[in-house]
Parts: sequence; structure tokens; C-alpha cells
Amino acid sequence: MNTTFVTEAVQQHDIRAHSISLLGPLVAAAGIVWAIVQPNRLTLLHPRGQGFWWLAVEPPLLLVAAGIVFTLVVARPLLADLERHRATTR
Amino acid sequence: MVHWLFAVAILFVGMCLFAEALAGREVWHMRRWRKYLWPSLTFALGLFLWPVMAFFTNSAIHMYAHGSWADALMLAGAAELGLVHGRLTSPLWRLTWPLAFVVTGTAFIVHEQNPWLFARSAFLHHLIGWTFIVGALAPLALVFRPRSAAFQAAFATVIVVVSIQLFTDRDVAPIFGHLSPLAGQQHR
Repeated sequence: MNTTFVTEAVQQHDIRAHSISLLGPLVAAAGIVWAIVQPNRLTLLHPRGQGFWWLAVEPPLLLVAAGIVFTLVVARPLLADLERHRATTR
Repeated sequence: MVHWLFAVAILFVGMCLFAEALAGREVWHMRRWRKYLWPSLTFALGLFLWPVMAFFTNSAIHMYAHGSWADALMLAGAAELGLVHGRLTSPLWRLTWPLAFVVTGTAFIVHEQNPWLFARSAFLHHLIGWTFIVGALAPLALVFRPRSAAFQAAFATVIVVVSIQLFTDRDVAPIFGHLSPLAGQQHR
């Protein structure tokens, strides 16, 4: 097989794998930045007088949670499968 | 608050769609549970729209709007589940996605009776409505080019953009400095 073609395929695979691994951390980072920019959105920091739902649903924390869950549940197994797929098609 | 809960679920669906576009459908389907993940979430979102319709709406037009979204989302999610399971074979079932987008977009625009700059929620209703209607082109293109990574990424982008728009929603808030006195006192 042409070595240039193989190198390009490996590079493309690496870019895809990096992009997948970055999805979750990027979303979690967006949540952290949001919490810093708008701390009033975190009702846990000033809980007095807040009802249950205002304490339970805090958008920046939801973003952080989505990023973590996606990384652990979706991205990690997907990256393992991507590597396995590359190994079998090599 | 309900908007934010839906926003995070929609964001998760968008992230899954991005990951599928990047990894390729073959790799995405390597684990059985994963191929059902975002279609099931979509179906569940449609289901959860029913209690929203019943408990969080204050007018008949809101009930019709939420009811039609629930129907459209459940149909699109169920069709996708049927397709990934192999029970449905015709790619034309994917037309349920552009249909869901157009129904949702139209419902958003029709049930908002105030102009764009009345308040932030009015602006977002118009914006999300038009995002869905214009964004329907992405799933429509996927019907004819189902393996196109570019169209899959475009589909994911529309979903993520809608979730961001939902996250910016507030109870009563100005939009670009405009807040109609009829909207009430700014809060949350």
C-alpha cells in the first residue's frame, strides 16, 4: 500500500479520535466558564430562599455533568472501538 | 427550568451525533447499546413533553404546540429506533426528522404571539422556530446522503445550537436591552 495514503489515513484517524476525546471536556469547561462568569446562576452559592427546583437545576452544573457523563459513558468506549476498528482494518 | 433540563438532554443528543459523525456509523454501531442511545433519548424527550404539556402550559395554543412537538419527536425517535434495529428498512423513514423539525419550528413561531423584541423568551421562540425550519435542510439532506459526515455534523450542529438557545432562556429578561413593560418585572 502507498505509504503516503497510510500516513494520511492515520493522521485523519488521530484527528477524529482527538476531536471525540475533546467533546466532553469542552462542554464541561464551558460549564465551568459559565459558572465563573455568572455565579448567580449557581443557587447553591446563595441557597437561602430558593425552592427545590432552583437548587436542583443549575445550568452550569448541568453542562459540567453532561461533559463528564459523555466522556465516561460514550467517548471512552467509542475511542476504544475506534482503535480496535483501526487495528482490524490495518 | 424545564427548558434547561430539555437543553441538557438535547445537548447530549447533539454530542452523540457529533461523535457518530466523527467515528463513522460502522464504529458507532459496534456496541449494541450505543446505536440505540440517541434515538431512545429522542423518543424519551418526546415522552417527557407530554407532562410538560399537561402541567406547565397556560393556554390552549401552548398545549397544541407542546403536544405536536411530543408527537413529532416520538415519531422521529421511534423511526430511528426501527431503522437502527433493522425492523424498518426504507430510508424514507428518515423523512420523519425534517418533518419533526418543521412541525417544531412552526409550532414555536405560531404559539409565540409577541414580537421578537418583546422579551428574551419571545425572541428565543422566534429564533428557535426559524433555526428548526432552516435547520430541517440538514436531516433532509441526510435522507438522500445518509453516510455523509458533513451532513451528520450539520444535523448535530443544529441540535447543539438549539440547546444553547434553550440554555439562554430566562423567566423574564431583556433582549438586546429591550424589555416590554407588558412583560412584567425582570427576574431570574
